[in-house]
Amino acid sequence: MTVLRVNTAIVGGGLMGCWTALMLRRRDPGHCVCVIEKGKVGAQASGVNYGNLRIQGRHPGQLPLSLRAASLWERLPDLIGEGCEFDATGHLYAARDDAREIAKVETAARQASEAGLATELLDARALAQRWPWLNGFSMASWSPRDAIANPRLVTPAVARAARAHGALIHEDTAVHGAARTGAVFRIDAAGGLTIEADTLINAAGAWAPEVAGWFGEGAPIVPAGPPQFVTDAVPYFIRPSVQAVDGTVIFRQVRQGHVVVAGYPRSPSDPVANRAPVDARKIVNAMGHLLRAVPALEGATLLRVWSGIEGYLPDMLPVIGPSGTTPRLVHAFGFCGHGFQLAPGVGDVLADLVLEGSSRTPLDRFSIGRFADGSAEVAEHFTREFDRSLQVQAVAHPGAQRTR
Amino acid sequence: MHSTVIVGAGPAGMAAAVVLARAGEHPIIVDEAEQPGGQVWRKPAAPLQPALARILGRAAAAEHEQAHAEFASIAASVDHRPRHLAWNLQGGELFVIEHRRIRPLRYGALLLATGATDRLLPVPGWTLPGVFSLGGAQTLLKDQGALIGRRVVFAGASPLLYLAALQYKAMGATVVAVLDTTALPEKLRATPALAAAAPRVLARGLSYMARLRAGGVAIFHGVTALGIEGQDYAERVRFRCSRGAEHDLAVDAVALGFGLRAETQLLDLAGVPLAFDVDFRQWLPIVDGDGRAAPGLYAAGDGCTIGGAAAAAISGRLAAYAILADRGVAVPATEVAMLRARLARLRAFQRALSRAFAWPAHWLADARDDTVLCRCENVTVGVVRAAVAAPLGPREVNRAKALTRCGMGRCQARFCGLATAELMAHALAAPVATMGRHRSQAPVKPIPLDATLVDEDTP
Ligand SMILES: Cc1cc2nc3c(=O)[nH]c(=O)nc-3n(C[C@H](O)[C@@H](O)[C@H](O)COP(=O)(O)OP(=O)(O)OC[C@H]3O[C@@H](n4cnc5c(N)ncnc54)[C@H](O)[C@@H]3O)c2cc1C
Ligand SMILES: Cc1cc2nc3c(=O)[nH]c(=O)nc-3n(C[C@H](O)[C@H](O)[C@H](O)COP(=O)(O)OP(=O)(O)OC[C@H]3O[C@@H](n4cnc5c(N)ncnc54)[C@H](O)[C@@H]3O)c2cc1C
Repeated sequence: MTVLRVNTAIVGGGLMGCWTALMLRRRDPGHCVCVIEKGKVGAQASGVNYGNLRIQGRHPGQLPLSLRAASLWERLPDLIGEGCEFDATGHLYAARDDAREIAKVETAARQASEAGLATELLDARALAQRWPWLNGFSMASWSPRDAIANPRLVTPAVARAARAHGALIHEDTAVHGAARTGAVFRIDAAGGLTIEADTLINAAGAWAPEVAGWFGEGAPIVPAGPPQFVTDAVPYFIRPSVQAVDGTVIFRQVRQGHVVVAGYPRSPSDPVANRAPVDARKIVNAMGHLLRAVPALEGATLLRVWSGIEGYLPDMLPVIGPSGTTPRLVHAFGFCGHGFQLAPGVGDVLADLVLEGSSRTPLDRFSIGRFADGSAEVAEHFTREFDRSLQVQAVAHPGAQRTR
Repeated sequence: MHSTVIVGAGPAGMAAAVVLARAGEHPIIVDEAEQPGGQVWRKPAAPLQPALARILGRAAAAEHEQAHAEFASIAASVDHRPRHLAWNLQGGELFVIEHRRIRPLRYGALLLATGATDRLLPVPGWTLPGVFSLGGAQTLLKDQGALIGRRVVFAGASPLLYLAALQYKAMGATVVAVLDTTALPEKLRATPALAAAAPRVLARGLSYMARLRAGGVAIFHGVTALGIEGQDYAERVRFRCSRGAEHDLAVDAVALGFGLRAETQLLDLAGVPLAFDVDFRQWLPIVDGDGRAAPGLYAAGDGCTIGGAAAAAISGRLAAYAILADRGVAVPATEVAMLRARLARLRAFQRALSRAFAWPAHWLADARDDTVLCRCENVTVGVVRAAVAAPLGPREVNRAKALTRCGMGRCQARFCGLATAELMAHALAAPVATMGRHRSQAPVKPIPLDATLVDEDTP
């Protein structure tokens, strides 16, 4: 048996865990950090996501964190020494000719500008002028600062940077259990590894409720993923990332020419069997939506489909912050399909909490306590963008309460 | 709900359909090809039919005609759907596409008889125009009577090199040489096992070599340092012969074949476990002797275990009997026992062949960094090696794909997957089986974006 003594142990080597390790080491080179990952770093949600670094259209309570993350993304090569295909392509949040959709886009644009993100509302004519290939939208909010990056590359690159800064990264090492005795966490991991730590970070993605459960708390996580696909390479012409506000289709094109697409509704995935099935009918639907939005893609082909295992919460907000039961246990999970963009911000915020005890970025919306005291709401798009079976599963959870 | 759906109208699928039809069933048989026949019994375009015996040789042409006649005799009981690609399998539904129309097919039993494709090994210049896979070269000939070139070299590790060379010669091409990368002693060592398992097949194979020699075709065994050169297309083939001499041949086309690899994507999508086979050096599905893969799911032919045409047909019949038996229909026990015994012999033969014609996987140990490994995404050997050497680098092929795009393109790693695993195994000094295999993802082959779903029963 090996015992490893560290200041901070992080369960989960996804983006959240790896960014946190990097930020801790950058900010306090004396702080001993260890990431424990059951598989490979960034092989789960962090490595298979759609790659949108979208700021606009988020819950207003998330915008300060999202903007903090954006300024870190914009310095990516400085921070990790690799570019990972980061590209500030801009993002179009687009409404069809439908009063509710238009109102939603206008609200998002207003909230963005209140938070300090410059966006521009474009009508159908302006859209046609700038992006003549785009079809079927009556207006959109344009956020030039929004970006994309290659999710397959980012987490391993962040992990390499963290390691270069002195963090310990253990791959293929599942954490089986943890407990706090006195002021020390004892963490039992595969291969007879025991880790003792002052601080424990739960960054275990869709598996995080299990970790929280070791300390007597939980959250109504629904493991799911959007159906996604990629087309074969066609000449590059789609510069921005485009999202229909009704969620039916989200697409972007990479420089090699492939168009990456996310459809809806989300389907259940299975964190135990480690499977994320993709429903063929949803893919065919999304192909239709894509062709209606970009008729010029007629003739392109479907190359590959996939999904991932992401943790969703009924109010579509993550859990970020201290445990309600255990001192120096910090949670960061349940990113509800938009954690790729937030990740560096989350890493920096967790470093605030670990090193300084508090963060200047407001985190009150993200407390784990909101499920225990029933203050969490069920978000409108949670009911719309998921398979029914998933909604029932979440709403049946004692911690979730329906408010509308 | 249709009782039985068969994917693949090659020898395995055709033979299965015959058994089922004669038992009073009405199977559906889908195949993306225009004509039944699969690879080996590919039906030539009509104007080419009279030349069949010349292309194939008399004995093979007779087998070919008999198989097609048998299949034609059950036409009334079989719903043969040509130009139908099975591209996805999920929850008891097979998704089939025909000309932009996608149909989900529900089935009581599903037989996957999807065959095999060429195994390729990246050598310098293999992506030049004029370089074909051996199967591609044969398909062009059998389908359209076209040749890949006038001065052709057949190179690789496969008994089919000799057959294809002979067919090309019969159709008027100059076969510059057959470059066999396997050494003669290895083949001689395998001869007793081959002779014991299937003496007639062995004799036929040896006669191909003899006829090529008699026709003045140079045959080199134990070829190494193979490379193809040319400005805009293949113009020269360079290699080292077993005596160590360097050779340089002028060509206008090259056919490369390093054996076959099973098409297992649909089985993988169905969740059937695959295991690494040390003789064939590839991942094959775990099925029982009659092809049962899972309840209601069966596999036969080269998509299940590389065995050749005769074995494919027999395994198709056995799988059909398994389907019937599992439904409680009485099957002829003595025939089944005889089929099992013949299949075992033919497969043993194929196993011995795979040792005699082992693909030179060790070439990947010193493959040049600038050689293209994944031609769909244009990823070189050097890029994959560098990724493997980096901190937190990939230790199996799916991770390598995620990090380098190797195997991420149109062919879904069909043509680079096995080579990538061998390359990584050498770079990491680890057994090739631990490098894993590319997980299958739908669609099995690309489908058009403007395809739409139609109801199962819409004609
Ligand atoms: C080009 C080539 C030439 C060969 N020549 C010989 C030879 O001369 N002698 C010999 O013994 N062996 C030969 N082989 C080996 C060959 O595999 C035979 O053993 C035999 O054809 C195997 O029969 P099968 O029914 O298993 O598969 P195949 O004959 O390969 O038939 C499989 C069929 O399934 C169809 N199919 C596959 N996937 C799908 C899908 N997803 N949707 C719809 N249809 C699908 C294909 O179109 C094909 O028609 C050759 C192989 C190749 C590739
Ligand atoms: C298909 C899909 C598309 C998405 N698209 C976008 C997008 O475009 N934009 C965006 O911003 N977000 C997107 N997301 C969301 C984003 O990917 C996630 O929010 C983010 O990656 C979450 O990171 P994480 O580190 O929390 O989780 P993960 O990446 O899942 O990492 C958690 C890690 O913890 C490990 N782990 C779990 N339990 C244990 C244990 N007991 N011991 C050791 N290790 C353990 C797991 O193996 C895993 O690697 C998408 C998600 C999916 C699935």
